This record gives sequence, structure tokens and C-alpha cells, in this order.
Amino acid sequence: MIGNVIKYEQDNIDTDVIIPGTYLKIHDYNELATHAMEGLDPDFPSKVKDGDFIVAGKNFGCGSSREHAPIALSTCGIKAVIATSFARIFYRNSVDGAFLLPIEIDDETYQKISNSDQLEINIENNQIKNITKNETYSMKPFSEIIAKIISAGGIFKYKK
Amino acid sequence: MNITEKILARASGKTTVSPDDVIFAKVDKVMVHDVSGPGVMKVFDKLQKQGIDTSKLHDSSKVWIAEDHFVPSAEKVSAENIVKLSNFSKKYDIKKHFKYGMGQYGICHTLSHEEALVNPGEVYVGGDSHTNTTGALGAFACGLGHTDVAYVLLNGEIWFKVPETYYFKLDGKLPPHVMAKDFILKIIGDIGNDGGAYNTMQFGGTGIDEMSIESRLTLANMTTEAGAKNGIIESDEKTVQYLKERGATNASIFCGDADANYSKIFEYDASELEPTVAKPFSPDNITIARELSSTELDKSYIGSCTGAKYEDLLAAAKILKGKKVKIRTEVLPAAISIYKRAIKDGLIEIFLDAGATVGPPTCGACCGAHMGVLAKDEICVSTTNRNFPGRMGHVESQTYLASPQVAAASAVTGKITDPRDLN
Repeated sequence: MIGNVIKYEQDNIDTDVIIPGTYLKIHDYNELATHAMEGLDPDFPSKVKDGDFIVAGKNFGCGSSREHAPIALSTCGIKAVIATSFARIFYRNSVDGAFLLPIEIDDETYQKISNSDQLEINIENNQIKNITKNETYSMKPFSEIIAKIISAGGIFKYKK
Repeated sequence: MNITEKILARASGKTTVSPDDVIFAKVDKVMVHDVSGPGVMKVFDKLQKQGIDTSKLHDSSKVWIAEDHFVPSAEKVSAENIVKLSNFSKKYDIKKHFKYGMGQYGICHTLSHEEALVNPGEVYVGGDSHTNTTGALGAFACGLGHTDVAYVLLNGEIWFKVPETYYFKLDGKLPPHVMAKDFILKIIGDIGNDGGAYNTMQFGGTGIDEMSIESRLTLANMTTEAGAKNGIIESDEKTVQYLKERGATNASIFCGDADANYSKIFEYDASELEPTVAKPFSPDNITIARELSSTELDKSYIGSCTGAKYEDLLAAAKILKGKKVKIRTEVLPAAISIYKRAIKDGLIEIFLDAGATVGPPTCGACCGAHMGVLAKDEICVSTTNRNFPGRMGHVESQTYLASPQVAAASAVTGKITDPRDLN
């Protein structure tokens, strides 16, 4: 999976900035996408390209259980969020709903990745290749259950 | 095993479980509301297109529905969501649907305890992050997204990784004017807003034994703000009594084993706790209320699942009695049952005489949806649970999280005020 980075050098990017509460009444995925990241970066929907990755600091997606958050990002074209850690509901919503990949990296890797870098994510061998900088990083492997749900394509396709 | 492990072991048909085990737990109770309900319906639509049968729920008697986030309907999209919810409960024969304008209704988490919908020892999941609240009754209560709730509705179970448990021990009784809210803000400040991430936060000790059920609910409610999977308090006679008074017929005490394991123990002395406030823009950004006595406010908000239970309203009313508010003050009881009790006991009259506005139960402004959202640059003290940028309205508004007593004292002075300093 190859894509370009939109980097937010920030911890605790919460669900209220990913998709503000006033839009929770909306369940049309395309309409939600027009408000993605509105609380932090109102230009996000116009600059994001299909296949892009978000890179951010720790505790990404903290706050609410709103599935609107991974829905809004994935409908905009985001295929993975790469962060130093994730809040639990955002993480499992992303995986169980098969919206995007939540990829955990260490602080050092987070520092090395820059905005607009082109990355290739390979979850088979837990590697991230920085094509722009010609560097290779390792990602934290998914736990067994998460890997199985991802490979099945979401919780409903996963066979116990 | 500790209480969370015991509940998850029973629910997954195992004799024992340990942290990091992945289990499928049978779910005893499921909740959706006017945001997660339509979200679940959207998932059902997708599943139907994939050929998955959504014509029957696993067990509709385990399901209940709340109308809380956008009620009374703010505009036509919200109104349509309420109609969709009614169609959903009709289609799937869901009997427990608490409709606004039709008797008892309120914030989903408040209904879970006011209506005794969850018993000690049960597994309860809801389509809302503050589902953790109900763990104060001794249940495993955990918030999930739409896809997972849809999975539970159709299959009656869901996967969990058994969490590690952090144990927060409170010794002694809270001093006058210090509330459970102050204690949980202090904890979140100490461990950080991901300090409980993926783990259980359990509360115990003599300070918890002393506490009312409503105070315990405030603690479990905000474990979400530390990222916890669930908050939990072992049930006792008080829990069972509380549930029986609200119609429960099969509530009984459920606790962990005496030799239970906890991965960390945090000890607090109640006498050292003070009125505490979380400054913008994170619940872990805490300080004591007295440090903020020069912070001028535009509004005081007494509402939400966190801060508008009966006891919260009573605490605020004691402070507002015979006084006038200096800033816009809104009081929204968290359920009709609480509202009625507050009328009967004269609390609503105290709020109105003080100049506050009293509104119907709703999540409303707590999540920046409607009914009292903040304008640009407005500053609010609030009994709610989150203060991220834009949480209660404009992205450049500010929210200070505090106890009902601090919110009421601040309403009187127009500045953040420690209730101990109010004349």
C-alpha cells in the first residue's frame, strides 16, 4: 500500500476535532467526509488525496465512540493512520468496520516521517518504507485477533 | 480473578481468564441512542447488500433505546433520526424505547441506572463511549462503535481482549464541598488522558464504600477520559438497594475474589482532595479551583450524564439557594425521573429564582450539538466530561470541567470559584 503523508505533529487528536459533535446526526458517508478534521484543519477535505496516510502522535482518536471518525477519514481516501498510539474505540472501529489501518510506530519513526513523504506500508512483514527518504522503519505488529480481523476484511467477515 | 475478569470469564464460558486473553463474551444488555442507532442501521444496510441476514436480532429483549443527543429535535435531520429509531424498535420488537415527550426519558447512561436496566455481574455494551458509567453498579460496561454494536445485536456476543486492571483506592470520606467529580479529575490529571488506555479502572476502599451510588457513577463515567475500556466498582448492599428501589428484581451482590490481581494500585487520601478543575483543552489539564479564581466566565452549564444526576442538582441548588447568577446558567436534569424529583423537592424553583434557565434532559450542549452551544471566545464552566477544542460549540470557545458545586459557585460570582470561598 503506497500513499503520501499528511502529518499533524500533535498528540491526542480527538474525535471532536476529527468530526465535530454537531455532525453526529449525519450518517451519509460523503457528507461526513466534507467535515473531516474540521476542528483542526478545515482545509483537510480539499487537500487529501485517495490513498493518503495521516501521521500523528500519541492517543490518536481519543474521546467518543463515534464511528463517524474513521468513516469520515476513510471516505476522504485515508487508507491508514500511523500514530505512536491510539485510543481504543477509534482503533477497534477502524479495524472491525474495515475503514482504515491503525498503524503504531515508535517515537523515533514518528520523528523521521515528514509531511508529504511517500510511504509504502507492508503489513505482511511489519515494515514501512519511506520512498521519499529511502529509509525503512518497523511498525508494531498487530495482535493476533486484530491481524485476523484485518485480513478477513472486518468483524462480520471474521470467522471465529 | 478480579471482578472484571470474573464477569468476562463467566460471559465467555471459561473457568478463568487473564489479561491479554482474547475472548468472545456473551452480552447481557445492549444500548443504542439517536446517534448510534441510525449508525447501526447504516451498518445493517451495508450488511444486507453483502447478503447478511439482518431481519432478526439475536435477542431484542436485551436491547434498549434512548433518545438523548439531539432531542428535542434540533432540526429536521435529527427529527428524521428519531423517526428512524421508532421504526427500528417497531421492526425488531424492542420494548424498552425511552421516547422523549412520552414519560421517562433521558441521557442513555442515566437511564441505565435510573431505570435499573443493568445488574451487577452483567456484560453491558452501548453505542456510546460513556457506557463505562454503568460499571459503577458492578457490571462490565463498555462503549463500542456502530459496527461492533451491530455485531452484538445480530450475534449476541463480541470479542474483547481481557484488560489489565488499575485499582484506585480511596481512604476516608470526601471533605465538605469536595465531590466525586473532583476525585476523578484528580485521577485523570495524575495518570493522563491515556493513562488508563485499554485497561480497567476499578475503584475501592473506604472512601468508595462511603459514597452514594450516584457519586460512584461519576467516577466510572469519566474513566472514558483516561482511555479506559471499563470503569468498575464492586457492588454492595447499597447497589442492590438502589437497583431494587428502581424496580430491579434480580440484582445481587457481585464481587471479585479476595486474592484478585491488579497490575497497579493507586492510593488516595480523601482528606487531601480539593475542588478541582480541568482547564481547556483536555480533561487531564487539571488544577485546583482556587488557582483559577481570576478566570472570568460567560456561562455555567449544569448538565450531562456526568453532572446532572439528582445528587448533582441538589449540590448545585444548595449553593444557589437565595443567590442570583451573574452569568448565563443552564441546568438540564439528566432524566425526567430526576427532573420530577427536583421539582418535588424545590430544586427547580431555586434554580429559576437564581435566574438560571432549566431545560429538558438532553446531551445537547455537552457534545456541541444544540441547546446552549458556545460562541467564539466564550468561556464556560461545565459539569460535563470533555473540553476538547470545539467540544461544546465554537472551536475557539473554552470549557473548564468542574463539579456541580464549583459550577454553581462560579455561576454566582462569574469567575471560577471554589465553593468553600463563596460568602
